[in-house]
Amino acid sequence: MSVSLWPRLENLLPQVQKPARYIGCEQGAQTPAHGDGVVSWLLTYPDAYEIGLPNQGLQILYEIINERDDAAAERAYCPWTDLEALLKREQIPLFSVDTHRPAGAFDVIAFNLSAELTYTNLLNCIDLAGVPIHSVSRADSDPLIGVGGHCTYNPEPIADFVDFVVLGDGEEVVGEITELVREWKGTGRSDGSRRALLRELSKVAGVYVPSMYRVTYDGAFIAEVTPRHADVPATVEKRTVADLAKWPYPKQQLVPLTEVVHDRLSVEVFRGCTRGCRFCQAGMITRPVRERPAEQVRTMISDGLARTGYDEVALTSLSTADFSGIQQVIGETISDAGCDQVSVALPSLRVDAFTVGIAAEIQRARRTGLTFAPEAGSWRMRQVINKLIREEDLYGAVESAYSQGWRRMKLYFLTGLPTETDEDTLGIAELARNCAALGRRHHSSPSVTVSVGGFVPKPFTPFQWFGQNTVVELSRKIGLLREDLRYSKGVQLKWHDPKATLAEGIASRGDRRLGSVIEYVWRKGGTFQEWSEHFNYDLWLEAMAASGCDVDWYVHRHRTDDEVLPWDHLSAGLHKDFLWQDWRDSLNELGLEDCRWTPCYDCGACTGYGIEHVVASASPPAGGSQGTGVDLSRGGAVPVVLGERPRAASSGDGPQSRPLVGVGS
Amino acid sequence: MRIRIRFTKHGKVRFTSHRDVARIFQRALRRAGLPVAYSQGFSPRPKIAFGLALSTGHESEAEYLDIDLDPERTAGLEMGDLPARLSNELPEGMAVTAAVIIDRRTVSLQQAVTSCTWQIDVVDVDANTVAGAVARALAAESLVVTRERKGREVTDDLRPGVLSLDVEGPVEAEEHGGSRVRLLAELATQPRALRVSELLGALDPPLVEHRVLRLHQWTTNETDARQRSSPLHAAASALVGAT
Repeated sequence: MSVSLWPRLENLLPQVQKPARYIGCEQGAQTPAHGDGVVSWLLTYPDAYEIGLPNQGLQILYEIINERDDAAAERAYCPWTDLEALLKREQIPLFSVDTHRPAGAFDVIAFNLSAELTYTNLLNCIDLAGVPIHSVSRADSDPLIGVGGHCTYNPEPIADFVDFVVLGDGEEVVGEITELVREWKGTGRSDGSRRALLRELSKVAGVYVPSMYRVTYDGAFIAEVTPRHADVPATVEKRTVADLAKWPYPKQQLVPLTEVVHDRLSVEVFRGCTRGCRFCQAGMITRPVRERPAEQVRTMISDGLARTGYDEVALTSLSTADFSGIQQVIGETISDAGCDQVSVALPSLRVDAFTVGIAAEIQRARRTGLTFAPEAGSWRMRQVINKLIREEDLYGAVESAYSQGWRRMKLYFLTGLPTETDEDTLGIAELARNCAALGRRHHSSPSVTVSVGGFVPKPFTPFQWFGQNTVVELSRKIGLLREDLRYSKGVQLKWHDPKATLAEGIASRGDRRLGSVIEYVWRKGGTFQEWSEHFNYDLWLEAMAASGCDVDWYVHRHRTDDEVLPWDHLSAGLHKDFLWQDWRDSLNELGLEDCRWTPCYDCGACTGYGIEHVVASASPPAGGSQGTGVDLSRGGAVPVVLGERPRAASSGDGPQSRPLVGVGS
Repeated sequence: MRIRIRFTKHGKVRFTSHRDVARIFQRALRRAGLPVAYSQGFSPRPKIAFGLALSTGHESEAEYLDIDLDPERTAGLEMGDLPARLSNELPEGMAVTAAVIIDRRTVSLQQAVTSCTWQIDVVDVDANTVAGAVARALAAESLVVTRERKGREVTDDLRPGVLSLDVEGPVEAEEHGGSRVRLLAELATQPRALRVSELLGALDPPLVEHRVLRLHQWTTNETDARQRSSPLHAAASALVGAT
């Protein structure tokens, strides 16, 4: 039995910034009982408390595990650098915030990985827990190190540091893992039993145990990834919860005592997205679309507001305006709230006037800013990335917003996209200027903020074969925009550091050989790499050189269709040939309509798991072009063409014959 | 309708800031379903007013908060239930110990409170040294400190703000760490609030706080400055709960 570290910790807290990050005590926090027959999980977010606390995935698992009689879950976050130094000085390990139990006393330490740049924090947390950072060096008595979250669709760069990886939705599989660990705990964790447990875990659907696979190389390339044992599956499929209605979590969302990001009630209205934006990993790996019943959404909102005391609720999903019956849910939320002041946030606005109408309904007061994500500056470029928004959609949305009292627009764009020309890049500036001009019809000083991020190709997307733009090229494109927007009234330009984009690119599509790079950066003190004040570009380049890994080869090289990708033995349900075809279509500037209201493209996500989209309405939401390229009046139906999927005319010098190499920069 | 409540802050929650406490109360009031009045305008805010800020890390027996209620929705509100009702919605370590209805013309907490009583534990120092430092401070005519304010050096005499200072003696420390000596101090809050850390830093030798607990906040009687009372007594037209 372990003793709470609180008495030692409380003497240190007066010396650190924001000590409330370390006390727990949130409304909804649990203090579960630990014991012999109880599997203890330490759910850890490898970043600062204020970033990690709101994470919904972690909160969902926290409740599900604690509802079990045979399991207990607590939470941990990265101590900030000031406390970390004190912990090391006083030899105090990483601790849970719920009961301040040492991390090493838990059976499982499970991390949510939402961003590649937190990988060095993952190593830091394992080390602060007093656990060897390499899976192979761990003893039977050490906690199991597990990871889940979007980054784990390519866990190869961190394969050496983790014992198991969960692919996809965690709601069901977390119980199956608990049962295996409980049995193992019951047998007293005898010598060598850890390896047997890992082998059992590898047979659980959705669980990938990297140590059960051997990677062989053919020069720089991967030759194959093969299971070490006959009973270990050759391919690990993701887990998908078919019916969101069965999982109305979190039921008791944590209400922090101190400031965090997204400090409001969150209700997930659907999971998955079939808009098919080709740059978007989240949309690809979370298919199919599974809506929560509108009635349950209402209940979760009203119960959640009453329980938490929040005055704001965010309806979360990858594209909330696409939720069937969104208007009804919002209308009812506003009227249910009665005289209490409640505002509704839609974190992902679709770009059309209809969506702005919804926003107008829910933001009667506080109309300050709205955010849209056209993602690319020209219609050609948006067809390439399949973000099928017409300029008219954007102008309609912006005009509607300005005319209804909003003054500030924020527009998100990506640069460094496949086939992007300077004309496409400068299209961003043109769109922004036109939006500002629309604003001046309604306000004296409207503002448009353009936020440009460098594109990082992600696994399980059609762009997984694309060579990422170099730092020089991304900087040049940002420079073009800066120059072009210099005298543009009312337009501000913000951009993401291309060097951080490169570091993300290294980890995004790396293989197991990247492990030594991540370890090098961590050993040299490179933690909190998501924070610009801590990000250390030179350290990443130094680590790549020291490990003999070539940046060009890992990041900037176009892959070919016969290459074995580091994540080919894992599956998000998507057929690789679907992704390849989508990549070819992309280069041919061919858009692909949303499959919720067009025939199936057989991407594999539904058929492979025997599930279908769960949507209350199979007709597209009203307004905007909805990717059809034609304006649809309110309530109009999208023309559906049955038959073969559209193909580009294949004339001699047509787009189909565009060679793959030489794409982009 | 305006009410004034007294609440405590003990244990782990002492590491929340003054701003955090404001946020905690906003949510607790909503959860408890109290008909709090909101300000008008584009971003309506609940009408609540806190007294003197308590430093992050300090505990308290006596924090105060004024809350405006919407008079149209206060029918059936039981003042007697209010402390328990609100305490239920507060984190462990925070509890509402009294609530009274006050007149809307009551002077604000910031203005009304003139001094606070503090229990201060210092560590790694023996009782004799502490007694010497206290005696020297009390005997001194002035305790001048220089501090930086808005980029300029300002000198301040802390001595007039020290209304009383006593050594209670060594106390048993339940946790590890050296010996603890407990002080009791009444420090003025007008014209500006004298902070515990400022006072300890100005002693000779300077002392370092380990645990600090605010025991009381005092208001002075308008007619007789020697008579002091709690902000509840001073303002109450109906008094409920422990006092």
